Amino acid sequence: MDSIYNALCDIVGKEYCSNLPEEIYIYSYDLGTAEPKKPDYVVSPRTVEEIQKIVLLARDKNIPLVPLGGGLSLAGLAIPQKGGIVIDLKRMDSIIEVNERARYAVIECGVSQGQLISYLKKHHPNLTHSEPGAPPAATVAGNIIIHGQGDLAHPYGFSSDMVLGLEVVLPSGDIIRIGSCALGSGWFTIHPLPDIGLFLGWCRTTGIITKLSIKLFPAKKIRGTGTFVVEDEELIPEIIYKITHTQIPEDIIVYSRAIPPFAKGLHHITVNLAADSEKELEFKQELIWDDTLGEYIKNDLGGYLGFTKELERPQISKTSDYKKGGGFEYVGGIMPIDTYPQCYIRGREISEKHDIPYTVTARIIGLAHSMMFAWTYAFNRADEETIKKAREALYETDELVIELGGVIWKPGIYGQRLVMDRLHPGTKNLMKKIKTIIDPLGIMNPGNWELL
Amino acid sequence: MFELKFNQDLCYHCNTQACLTKCKFMDIDNATAKNEILKIVRGEDSFVLHECVTCYACEEYCPYGNHPFYLIVERQEALGITPQPLPLVKRAINISIPFRGEPEINEINGPVINLGAFSQLKNKIQGKLFDGLSIISSDERKMFHYFCQLMYLHYGKISLIKERLPNVISTITKHKPAEVICFHDECYGAYTSFCNAYGISVPFRPVHLFEYLFSRLIKLRDLIKPINIKVAYQRPCSSRLCPDKHLYVNRIFELIGAVLVKRQFSDENALCCGLTIQGQKKEGSRKRALEIQRKNIEDIEMAGAEVCVFNCPACFDTLSIKLKERNIIPTFMSDLCRISIGEISFNDIKMSG
Repeated sequence: MDSIYNALCDIVGKEYCSNLPEEIYIYSYDLGTAEPKKPDYVVSPRTVEEIQKIVLLARDKNIPLVPLGGGLSLAGLAIPQKGGIVIDLKRMDSIIEVNERARYAVIECGVSQGQLISYLKKHHPNLTHSEPGAPPAATVAGNIIIHGQGDLAHPYGFSSDMVLGLEVVLPSGDIIRIGSCALGSGWFTIHPLPDIGLFLGWCRTTGIITKLSIKLFPAKKIRGTGTFVVEDEELIPEIIYKITHTQIPEDIIVYSRAIPPFAKGLHHITVNLAADSEKELEFKQELIWDDTLGEYIKNDLGGYLGFTKELERPQISKTSDYKKGGGFEYVGGIMPIDTYPQCYIRGREISEKHDIPYTVTARIIGLAHSMMFAWTYAFNRADEETIKKAREALYETDELVIELGGVIWKPGIYGQRLVMDRLHPGTKNLMKKIKTIIDPLGIMNPGNWELL
Repeated sequence: MFELKFNQDLCYHCNTQACLTKCKFMDIDNATAKNEILKIVRGEDSFVLHECVTCYACEEYCPYGNHPFYLIVERQEALGITPQPLPLVKRAINISIPFRGEPEINEINGPVINLGAFSQLKNKIQGKLFDGLSIISSDERKMFHYFCQLMYLHYGKISLIKERLPNVISTITKHKPAEVICFHDECYGAYTSFCNAYGISVPFRPVHLFEYLFSRLIKLRDLIKPINIKVAYQRPCSSRLCPDKHLYVNRIFELIGAVLVKRQFSDENALCCGLTIQGQKKEGSRKRALEIQRKNIEDIEMAGAEVCVFNCPACFDTLSIKLKERNIIPTFMSDLCRISIGEISFNDIKMSG
């Protein structure tokens, strides 16, 4: 018998552990273009203590560990590049606390976006979190770990800017806490203790976040989306600057795509507004559409398409319908807003070169300090040729992000290498030292951010 | 290219100038109206071409059926006066370009119902009222092959209608329909009013949805249980192209025992839903649209309606949330008729949203 398998079964119970080919196959790939790699074991713990025991086992046996949330990053970040144990964290799904007055929630790492939305709607209708528009099965922690962005990114920034506390199991098996929770005094702030920013953006190569506290925000009674249409991409940075100056929207997204035809060659700026009354809503609408954008309407440069009292989530997944086989993957770049015209033009060129209808989307982050610009490429999962084309387009786009002065968001391995090749030597050196101290055996999600 | 059959002598000798004096959105006296309409007839610029909100109503107001609205749109296009800003015009032009391949043509040799560009509303044509009807344009991916294109009247792009509509007619004709029931009266207006005005041949017989529903209800009369509820009707702009069919609203209501509430903004005096106005280039258009919507909603509420019936999906989308906020149930005429024959209830409509 397999002693590792038996040891894992002893920790979590037989029904939550597997080495069956048909089950490990499911954990060998994600929905993007990355090559599949099979793990040796899959285990699904329920408690922090179980995770700790799994980590200690992996450390003692020098086995790679790959933590997995919803598995929806599309960039292959949870594909076990070097085999080992995939830790499926979906059973860690408790919502431990919601503090209404201090507006935060303490959750376990497997809590999904859909679960948190539904829980808040039912029990705390005055509160909401920054919801990324990912499938409901995506985990809240997963989005935060990769520095994701949600529908409150415009006023409040990246999802990882909304963290108020963390509990982490280190590769050594030690459990640590960061923030006020480290003092046992609640999970309400991550400051002002010394900064230990070692776990966000590291692609789970430095530890396993098991609990986290996140900021919640007022959920206004009315939330809706208005749309403004512009033809000239050169106007977008200026328009975004003006809209963000109002500090009113909850979310701003710009998209353009070849299909459906209405969106081709045009830029749809969707602006989410929230209000507690019709009076407040109209005040905000007047400031945005009339006072800020009225001049563009008058001069034939932009058009107001209307406002609906529903939140329209970005749905780039619809791109997967363009070709048979339902596949798509995107490169996200964290870009200066001024690069929008070049991002759009060059993105179209890459798409057209690879015979893929273009789809570009930008979400404004932190009052236009940056935007997440996504270039999406559709492919047919059953057609290796289209997968190859999409992969080439993705690699070219990774390079484009760097060329235009951006930072690749949640890069796959190709993009990670591009970033590491260009990283400031001092920074790279420090990262190496940190990784050596924290994970000397390199068991955490190996293959990703390999600096050693 | 097809030319508008327009008799300018009728305008020169007209004493009413009803096309402009009755306009709900411009305050014009007879003398000004005469002057401006004649400018438009001569192909000269007029403030009317800039102020027109494209509500279609003058098509109904003209006592001679001389198509003043089509003429206004012709002149707007000729003089480059687009009511909407150019990015919205481009978007509109692109929206009806089919992109999912050709439609599957099956020969029906019987009556059909054409959903046009509203394939998503298949659930509005269910039950006994629609027994025996074949549906065309039931596939959302192919629906723009059946789209009547009349929407471009709102965009100062009448040439696009003339260019594209014959292809749409050709596609429908390939199904060999005995008659075509038009789900939306914009389609009916296209195949009757517009095609007549431009001499475009229509090889099938178009039937207005309300006329069809009335005739089906007569056949199903034994099943009807009077609804006995106060209902308002929101008349769409495209109804102005077929005012002779508007009387079926009353006829249907009488047949199903619904109480048609008396509105200030009804029949010839109807106000549009404001959807097309909100994005117009003219300063203040968004607020103007909101004001029109407020007037409509308050009118419906003051008339005591518990339900508001629509023919046009765009009007429905524009006003339904505001109606629901006032506890007035928005619905389509077909669903109201289905309630009367016991196939669905008001609760079903409320639940389905």
